[in-house]
Amino acid sequence: MTNPMEFLLWTKGPMFNWAIAIFALGMLARLVEIFWLGRKTNYAEARASEWGPGFRTMITRSFADAGTFKRSGFDVLVGWIWHLGFILVLFLFIPHIELIKSVFGVAWPGLPNPIIDAISAVTLVGLVAALVHRLMHPVKQHLSTFEDYLTWGVTFLVVITGYLAYHRLVNPYPIALGLHILSVEIFLIVLPFTKLTHMFTAFIARWYNGAIFGRKGVQS
Amino acid sequence: MATQKTLGESLREHGVTRRGFLKFCAATASMMALPPTMTSAIAAALDKARRPSVIWLSFQECTGCTESLTRSHSPTVENLILDIISLDYHHTLQAASGDAAEEARLAAMKENWGSYLVVVDGSLPGPGSNMGYSTIAGHSNLDILKETVEGAAAVVAVGTCAAFGGLPRAYPNPTGAVAVQDIITNKPIINVSGCPPIPTVITGVLAQYLTFGTLPEMDDYKRPLAFFGQSIHDRCYRRPFYDKGLFAETFDDEGAKAGWCLYRLGCKGPSTYNACATMRWNAGTSWPVESGHPCLGCSEPDFWDAGGFYQALSVPTANATHTLAVAGVAGAVVGGVAAAVAKKQQRHAVADREPVTIEQLEQRL
Repeated sequence: MTNPMEFLLWTKGPMFNWAIAIFALGMLARLVEIFWLGRKTNYAEARASEWGPGFRTMITRSFADAGTFKRSGFDVLVGWIWHLGFILVLFLFIPHIELIKSVFGVAWPGLPNPIIDAISAVTLVGLVAALVHRLMHPVKQHLSTFEDYLTWGVTFLVVITGYLAYHRLVNPYPIALGLHILSVEIFLIVLPFTKLTHMFTAFIARWYNGAIFGRKGVQS
Repeated sequence: MATQKTLGESLREHGVTRRGFLKFCAATASMMALPPTMTSAIAAALDKARRPSVIWLSFQECTGCTESLTRSHSPTVENLILDIISLDYHHTLQAASGDAAEEARLAAMKENWGSYLVVVDGSLPGPGSNMGYSTIAGHSNLDILKETVEGAAAVVAVGTCAAFGGLPRAYPNPTGAVAVQDIITNKPIINVSGCPPIPTVITGVLAQYLTFGTLPEMDDYKRPLAFFGQSIHDRCYRRPFYDKGLFAETFDDEGAKAGWCLYRLGCKGPSTYNACATMRWNAGTSWPVESGHPCLGCSEPDFWDAGGFYQALSVPTANATHTLAVAGVAGAVVGGVAAAVAKKQQRHAVADREPVTIEQLEQRL
C-alpha cells in the first residue's frame, strides 16, 4: 500500500473478505452451538403454547417497565436513542443498502441523506453520553470490564468514521472512506467473540424465556 | 531564440485582442479561485512573461492527453497560450524526427537550463523492469526522464498515467509501469491527472506558473487545488437527487431520464476530485455525468483496479457472497463439532460420575 487509494482498495477487497469470513465463521459457530446445546427435551406436559408468549416477550423485554425506567431512565433513554440511530443508519443509508444488495442480493428504499446525517449526529452524542455515564457512575465504573470499553470503542469508531467520511473531514477522501470500512471490518471481527453477539442472540434469548414461561402457563 | 518574446507580444502577433486577453485572465483568476481584482495582476504578469521552454515527453501513453489538449478547445485563447509557449520537443506535434528531434531536446535543455518545464504524459517502465518495453531513439524512458528533468524548473505530469501510473500500471502491470513521482523526487512535480485531463486545467496550470512563477497550492496527490480541490460529487448538478435518495436504477429508466443520481450505476463521483463538473468538456459543452454516464474516477490513482465501473462505490471489489457462504458453512461445521464435543463431555460426565459422600469430603478437607 503506497497511496490512499490502495488503502481503500485493500479495505474493499482482501480485508473485507477476511473480516466477513471471520465474522461468518465465528457467528455461525456460536449460533449453531447455542441452538444445538440449547434446550433439553422437556417431558412435562405443556400447559400453553410457546410461540405466542415467545414472540410477545421478544417485544415486551425490549421496553423497560415503569419501575426500571424510573430507576435507570438515562440508561433506557440513551440506550434506545443510539441503538435505534445505529440501526437506522446501518440499514437506511443508500451506500449501505448497495453493499447489502451486492452481498445478499436484497435491497430496499433508503432515507434521504440529510436525515441519515442528523441521525448519525444524534447517535454519536448518545454514544458519548453513554460512555461518560459509564465513567462517572461509581457502580457502572466498578462493573465495567475491558470488553465493555472495547465494544463501545469499536461501535463508536464505526459511527465517527462514517460521519467524518460523509462530511469529508479527513483528507484525502480514500483515507476517510477506507478508515470507515476498516472500522466496520474490525467491528465485524470483534462481534462474534464479544458481547456484541447480542445483536443476534438478544431476541433469541428473549423468545426463549417467553417460550418457557408460555409452556409453563406463566405470564412473563 | 525561443524565449525572447513576451507572451503579450506573441498573443498580439496572433491577433488576440486586449479584450480577449483580459477575458482569459478573468477566467484564469476564477479557475484559480482568486478574487476578480487579481485579473489585472494576472494580465500584467502574463503580458510580460517570457515564453517558457517546454519539453514534452511521451512514454507509455495513448496520446489521449495530447489529443485532449490540442483538439478540444481550438481555436481559443487557451490554445494560443499553449501554442506560443516554446514547445521545443513533443513527439506527436513536432516536425523533426530522429537525431534532429533529440538534438532539439538537448539544445532546449542547454539554452534554458534551470528554467524550462518538463511535461510528461504516460507512465514508464520503472527501475528493475525490462527497459525495452518503451524506448525513444534507443534510450529507455527512465534514462530520458532523468536526463531531461535534471535541468528543469518543474515537472508537470499530465494525465493519470504520468501522475499515478494509469492503465499501464493496472493489474497485472506487465511492464512494471511507475508514475513520474515514483522516479523524480528532487524536483517540484505538479500532477494534472485525468484520463485525459481537462485541457483548460492543463493550460490553467501553465498560466498560473507563468503568472506567479510559483507552483500552485496542491493536494496530497500533488494536484492543483484550484482544479482538484472539490469532488465531482460535491459539485455535481445531480447531487440534490442523491441527497433525496432518488437514483437511476438502469441507464434508460424514468429516473435516468429525469436526471437522477447515477450512484447505483457505479458513479465514482464521491471519491473523485476533478473539475469536470465545473469546467466541463469540449469548450464547456458537457461532461460525462451530464451525458448520462457515471463518473469513472479517472483522475484518481488505481482507477482501473478500483472495482467494476458499473458497481456502486460501496460495493466490495472481491466476491464477498462466496466468501460469506463458504465461511458460514465452515462456521456451522465448527459450531456443530463444538456442540458435539460438549454433548459428549456431558454424557461422559454423567457416566463417569463418582458420587462423593459428606464423610469423604470432610476427610479431604
